[in-house]
Amino acid sequence: MTDVNQKKSHKWEMVIDLDRCTGCEACVVACHAENNIRISGEDEAAQGRAINWIRIERYWEGEYPNVQTRFMPVLCQHCDDAPCEPVCPVYASYHTPEGLNAQVYNRCVGVRYCGNNCPYTARQFNWFDPHWDSPLEEQLNPDVTVRQNGIMEKCTFCVQRIRVGKEQAEKEGRPVRDGDIIPACVQTCPTSALVFGDRHDPESRVSQLARQDRAFHLLESQGTHPAITYLKRIT
Amino acid sequence: MADDRTAWKEMSSINRDLLAPLQSATPAYFLLLIVLGAIVALGAGAWYYQVDTGIGQTNLHPPIFWGVYIASFIFWVGASHSGTFISGVLRLSKAEWRRPVTRIAELMTFISLMIATLFVFFHLGRVWRWYYLMPYPNQRELWPNFRSPLMWDAIAVFTYATSSTIYLYLPLIPDFALLRERIGGWRKPLYRVLSLGWTGTQNQWQVLETALRIITPLIVMVMVSVHSIVGWDFGVSLVPAWHSTIFAPYFVVGAVHSGVGLVAIGLYVLRKIYRLERYIESEHFDKIGKLLVVTTLVLAYLYFAELLTIWYAKSPDHMWVVDALLIGPFAVPFWFMAICIYFIPLATLTNPAFRRWPLGVMLVGVFINIGMYIERVLILVPPLSYPRLPFNWGSYFPSWVEMTIIVGSLALAVLLYALAVKFVPVISIWEEKEGLVHGTRHGT
Repeated sequence: MTDVNQKKSHKWEMVIDLDRCTGCEACVVACHAENNIRISGEDEAAQGRAINWIRIERYWEGEYPNVQTRFMPVLCQHCDDAPCEPVCPVYASYHTPEGLNAQVYNRCVGVRYCGNNCPYTARQFNWFDPHWDSPLEEQLNPDVTVRQNGIMEKCTFCVQRIRVGKEQAEKEGRPVRDGDIIPACVQTCPTSALVFGDRHDPESRVSQLARQDRAFHLLESQGTHPAITYLKRIT
Repeated sequence: MADDRTAWKEMSSINRDLLAPLQSATPAYFLLLIVLGAIVALGAGAWYYQVDTGIGQTNLHPPIFWGVYIASFIFWVGASHSGTFISGVLRLSKAEWRRPVTRIAELMTFISLMIATLFVFFHLGRVWRWYYLMPYPNQRELWPNFRSPLMWDAIAVFTYATSSTIYLYLPLIPDFALLRERIGGWRKPLYRVLSLGWTGTQNQWQVLETALRIITPLIVMVMVSVHSIVGWDFGVSLVPAWHSTIFAPYFVVGAVHSGVGLVAIGLYVLRKIYRLERYIESEHFDKIGKLLVVTTLVLAYLYFAELLTIWYAKSPDHMWVVDALLIGPFAVPFWFMAICIYFIPLATLTNPAFRRWPLGVMLVGVFINIGMYIERVLILVPPLSYPRLPFNWGSYFPSWVEMTIIVGSLALAVLLYALAVKFVPVISIWEEKEGLVHGTRHGT
């Protein structure tokens, strides 16, 4: 623990303000571009196999004609007590010291228990080898692995960006500043409904927002202790 | 004295009757082998296609990550309980009527477990990396995760396969020795090795009896633990309607239910083909029928306890599943399953006259096994179809690749059994003779 205090470890978390989300799905597109997420096509999407690391769940509230649409962005919750981790027989799903729920593609053999045990259905599976129509393969992100047939994948909190941010800070001999590291979905959100940061820094925006009265966690009763805090005014 | 003499005459007719299946084969037998072989080849081709192109050849998709391969795995592990339950429990309780039944059941155990293991490989996303699951450290000194129920499962099934192979083999040794003397040709050297120099001395018999006395209770315990662990694959998860304490006992009883049903089928078919009516009598079907009534009632009781507690609590995420089963999209298979595994056995096997009708008991066994297979699928699919966030609800029906592999593996099971019948006596010859001696010496 002394080591952690001296080196000032990080705990990456996100806040999603449902009162701000318009359901525009810009985050979904940004995530696809950043993370080399395969293009599934119409048939696979119809089979329910389209891979999205972040999705906008749409729910209807009220009776016609007073119907309201509710949008809820759902991604891997990076649970502190993640149900996907203990069930993996090969440690492909494991917890990093910085609180990320990581997926080690090379270890995964595809038993898919993690997918069943995730209460958020955040985990996605590669049913076939990925394919990009030309010239889309030209825009693959060189910092991110392309996942092959037969393995699980899911949101990484853009771990490649976290790496870059930390390395840059180290190079400049300073601590990581709040806002240095932004995942693609957060960067692109037009209403700033998504906020990302370090919960070990009490002054970071994400820490301040997560302390609000509006804060709740998705399926909190499951005891998974998610790293994503949702904000919603209870009306 | 006269009794003894007839007993000796009986002995030679036992040899003749029970060795007959090994000594000849009809054209129909070879035709059966060819047909089964062709179906197995189809299944193997489907598997090759799936490995070559991707596990997407199944109809699985989020949130349903496990489908009929896992259901088949549970089914075949369940089927393997035929041998251990029937043979183990009956040997333990020294039930005389077990003698013609044990070998048939033990062979089923052995073959079912092989088929069950295959389904683990059919299921894996990257089957070419299957050895990552082996319990040895990799080059980074990382072991497999022993907290994972799937590792418990792998260890349990491996233990079960090893011990049930030994359990099949031990009572085979005296029979192998007999075959070594009676059967020539290419099989003779094989029997010589397998009989381990058995000559039937008093000492050898004592060692064998001791070994059987030790392994029989052990195998019954292993049997209970194995299917409990398969049940915990589901019970320890967070999935609504899987997360339940009843899963382990429920799986064990369900396995015995389908296993005993399978023994009824095996007894009937072998008796019919090899004219073993003198050995497998209607009394055996009567006893099997009684066992099935017990397993039906216990299983129905457990099922009722599970449904009642969920229904009364009305916790929404569990109720979605129960509603879907009882009155929703899964109602048709659910009630068909209930008819097959509860109503048909209770309506028929509670009648003593019916139980003495071999064909009838066999047909009930067929219904039970069809029902139990559907039951395995219903344990898997409906709970997975209704995750807690309703946005992700889904449904699933197996693809042609999945169905071809399942049919192919069923054909493989029958094929292996058909080959085994030509290699080992389906009724334990020495135990049958022992029974005869017990019968004449002590009176029945």
